[in-house]
Amino acid sequence: MLNIYNILETIRMIQDECLDIRTITMGISLLDCIDTNIDRACEKVYSKITSKAGNLVEVGQKIEKEYGIPIVNKRISVTPISMLAAACPNESPVKFAKALQKAADTCGVNFIGGYSALVHKGFSAGDEALIKSIPEALDITQNICSSVNIGSTKSGINMDAVKLMGEIVKETAERTADRDCIGAAKLVVFCNAVEDNPFMAGAFHGVGEPDCEIHVGVSGPGVVRSALSKYPDAPINELADIIKKTAFKITRMGQLVGARASELLGVPFGIVDLSLAPTPAIGDSVAHILEEMGLEMCGTHGTTACLAMLNDAVKKGGVMASSTVGGLSGAFIPVSEDAGMIDAAVAGILSLEKLEAMTAVCSVGLDMIVVPGEISPETISAIIADEAAIGMVNTKTTAVRLIPAIGKKEGEMLEFGGLLGSGPVMPVKEKSAAKFINRGGRIPAPMHSLKN
Amino acid sequence: MRAVVTVIGKDNVGILHKVSEVCAEMSVNIIEVTQSVLQDMFAMIMLVDITDMNRDFAELVDGMTNLGSKLGLSIHTMHEDIFNSMHNI
Repeated sequence: MLNIYNILETIRMIQDECLDIRTITMGISLLDCIDTNIDRACEKVYSKITSKAGNLVEVGQKIEKEYGIPIVNKRISVTPISMLAAACPNESPVKFAKALQKAADTCGVNFIGGYSALVHKGFSAGDEALIKSIPEALDITQNICSSVNIGSTKSGINMDAVKLMGEIVKETAERTADRDCIGAAKLVVFCNAVEDNPFMAGAFHGVGEPDCEIHVGVSGPGVVRSALSKYPDAPINELADIIKKTAFKITRMGQLVGARASELLGVPFGIVDLSLAPTPAIGDSVAHILEEMGLEMCGTHGTTACLAMLNDAVKKGGVMASSTVGGLSGAFIPVSEDAGMIDAAVAGILSLEKLEAMTAVCSVGLDMIVVPGEISPETISAIIADEAAIGMVNTKTTAVRLIPAIGKKEGEMLEFGGLLGSGPVMPVKEKSAAKFINRGGRIPAPMHSLKN
Repeated sequence: MRAVVTVIGKDNVGILHKVSEVCAEMSVNIIEVTQSVLQDMFAMIMLVDITDMNRDFAELVDGMTNLGSKLGLSIHTMHEDIFNSMHNI
């Protein structure tokens, strides 16, 4: 039965604590669009996306009205484009990026993800051409996101790809230097990438997924922080229970919205991503949850322990609330997108090294971190390699989304605006790892990958 | 099918009347009304039946929101499913 306190709690979560559905993402397979003629392939891509997702935005808005809950993003993820590019060896894959942008404009979605390649063991046809076209593709489009998987627990880390990605990240930032290097904010390098991730920039539609499906990503750092603030002196295990209960409620809402979207669109329901995704808005910060637990500022000693507990409790609470959980599922720590992280980075308390440790216990990795424009491609590659090693050994997804701030130095800021926020340029080590990166080859998979 | 209309804000003369008027216009049946002062705010919660509604649900939402901005109140209209799924297992 409906109860007045529950009703008010839900409304307070939405109105005052920034509770929202972060995204409904439609995954669309483009495998049936492969064609040796790139123009024909692009036409097929455009018509498949627009026929499947033509009313995605409209349906999203209808659900927002019905349940009174904001759905911040409506997005699309597609089959890694390198698979389509493989059939057209002498053509530039950028044509696909243009076709995706045209489809994004027609559908009115915020982003299309999947300008991607999976090269964790090596490059196959189309992969290298696609990766090399990423800087141009992200320069000439606005709503396309790109990702490259360079390692996995099963296959090890492809160090040739790591080296290449260092160069690509830098070049992407350079090409968009006049727009606050925004290109690099739409490019993520993964280890253990998942096939059903609804979040950008890393979303793509894996080949093991059905033809078309709907995923939901929920969010609610503000709700968790507010719930914890009512128990200033409770022991940490009680805080974990409070987080579990809150995560359950948040996820139930994601499940409801996903099921409704699936029904209205006539598309199967994929997964709910149990996530705490921050935004730069006040009261929507993961860092502030950690501070509510008792840290003077996020990034100080104790941060990794608090984050480990938070991440685990979010999953435990959320998993029962949804019929199918997937994606990245965990707390996100994108620096520029989180008001508390930005403050901590500006204050010099949150460092790249601490962030790296934090990524070992939470969802994803070094996310939306602004580094000096003078950074060498090899240093970017070395940061990617470190992060991929954490993912590979811990059998979890890790990612790197660095933004080299071209023309800027430590202490200056990059302003992206909107959900991407703003970030201070954070220092990196000055000593070189170039010799290590230039060796190339592959880091073998760890012992525990041999599970059969 | 039912929906929940919540009115939150400063007390005033005729709130219930005006909200009910919008419901009646759209053939929305009021099932239950609860009114209290909770957490420092005046709150009225109305459970309504929208099965025989003669308009789109979005129109009820917009009608209530517009009325709210006219009266300086915050009025939300939400399908009951969201509360049921969030608070009941």
